[in-house]
Amino acid sequence: MKHRPLFLKIISAVILFGAWEIGGRSGVSFAFPPFSESMVAFWSLIIEGTMFKAYAETLKPLVVGIIISGLLGITLGIWIGLSDKFDWFISPIFIVMQAAPLAALIPLLIMAYGIGLTSKVFVVCIMAMPVIVLNTSAAVKNTPTNIKEMAKAFQGKDIDVIFKIILPASSPIIFAGLRLGVSAGFIGAILAELKITPTGVGDIISYSRSIADYPSMYAAIFSIILLAVLFLNILEKMENFLFKGNNQGYVSE
Amino acid sequence: MSKDNAVTVKNVYKNYGETEALSDMSLDFPRGELTSLLGPSGCGKTTLLKIIAGLLPATSGEVIVNGQIVKEPGPDRAFVFQDFALLPWASVIRNVAFGLELRGVVKSERESIAQKYIGDVGLKGFENSFPHELSGGMRQRVGLARALSVDAQVLLMDEPFSAVDEQTRRKFQEDLLNLVKNENKTFIFVTHSIEEAVYVSDQIALLLPRPSRVSEIIRPTSFKNKDVDSIRRDSEYLDIVDRIWKSLRTYVK
Repeated sequence: MKHRPLFLKIISAVILFGAWEIGGRSGVSFAFPPFSESMVAFWSLIIEGTMFKAYAETLKPLVVGIIISGLLGITLGIWIGLSDKFDWFISPIFIVMQAAPLAALIPLLIMAYGIGLTSKVFVVCIMAMPVIVLNTSAAVKNTPTNIKEMAKAFQGKDIDVIFKIILPASSPIIFAGLRLGVSAGFIGAILAELKITPTGVGDIISYSRSIADYPSMYAAIFSIILLAVLFLNILEKMENFLFKGNNQGYVSE
Repeated sequence: MSKDNAVTVKNVYKNYGETEALSDMSLDFPRGELTSLLGPSGCGKTTLLKIIAGLLPATSGEVIVNGQIVKEPGPDRAFVFQDFALLPWASVIRNVAFGLELRGVVKSERESIAQKYIGDVGLKGFENSFPHELSGGMRQRVGLARALSVDAQVLLMDEPFSAVDEQTRRKFQEDLLNLVKNENKTFIFVTHSIEEAVYVSDQIALLLPRPSRVSEIIRPTSFKNKDVDSIRRDSEYLDIVDRIWKSLRTYVK
């Protein structure tokens, strides 16, 4: 019973990759190689060291962007959640940001910040931050009033109410926002490399496509998905470690 | 009556915008006794309790607890909530010690105090359980232990038994009578239940709505020293229950 989740996950992966393999072999398109060929290409990219060099580039804007989005996003989200005035002032920016067609705005970013790391970090942040901010502020606003009132009745100061009540109560939704934000950040990092200057994994993707080496292109796409899944799992472990009894829901309703 | 009053409410008004929740409310709460605030919905009993707690400001008038005018929640008052208001992510012992935690008592000390009250309310062995693992009655015992552990002289109870089942409720009422007898504390008890109010109270303040006012103060005498099993058969108990219902029935829709 204990291994059932793992077992189901493996089955799910087998079905997905099996479908990919069949789709690739049945000749849907020349540009859609089967799973096995992509894995061979994946392996040779690793052996050659191309993959590692590529990630050394790609991770820079990704990690910087995600750290900025996480810290700044959660801080702004809490502030928005606590203050209506700040909410009216700041929220529209993030709602616009979330809805904006980013790819179309990239030329503007290049004009403002050049083609270097800054622009790429911006792209990651624009992708990652809105969902983090909006989730955090919604979670803070929806903290049950009864436990806030309880803390006040027992003479809790505002700072206690924020750190001992609001933050732990909001943490499940804040973390959900972080997970969505991180996924979006990964998309942003690749988008930046495809649209600004081809470096890192984005370079493998666009170069392989240009020479019709489709297995390598899919291998690169596969690697980024793999990394994102890995990262999201780590985030989930961290959440469970930080806020144990929290996934039990509220008992007072 | 020359009795010493722990809490005095003097000409308190409370308006929510146009609506008058409390109008010229004056009431004395004798020290060491249990006073019930009884009345139909909308008579402002919970509002009055929250003003005494310092959770709501009065529009005008004053509340005096032990000679001090109430401006905010203080160490002399502890609150028991209708919906328990427990922290779902915290163990029983942390929940019970939470009032002390907010007052800055060090961990070892607050946990040994909490331990004592967990034993007193009959939850020994559940220290490390989480609220979702407890029944409704046990959750309210946690809420009660939390209020007792801060050792306030005045205990404010907002319909504390309304969310627990009838049998547990009877047990709670008996326990409450013993608590009033053994602890030298003043209890202010909000309830909807006429029987409950008559059963547990030294003094019943009958509140009527539109406009909110104290219509009558009833002090049961003959059955106060009887044991818990005989109270419900006492003729004075039955008379008072009848009398209260007669004054309330026109206000109940």
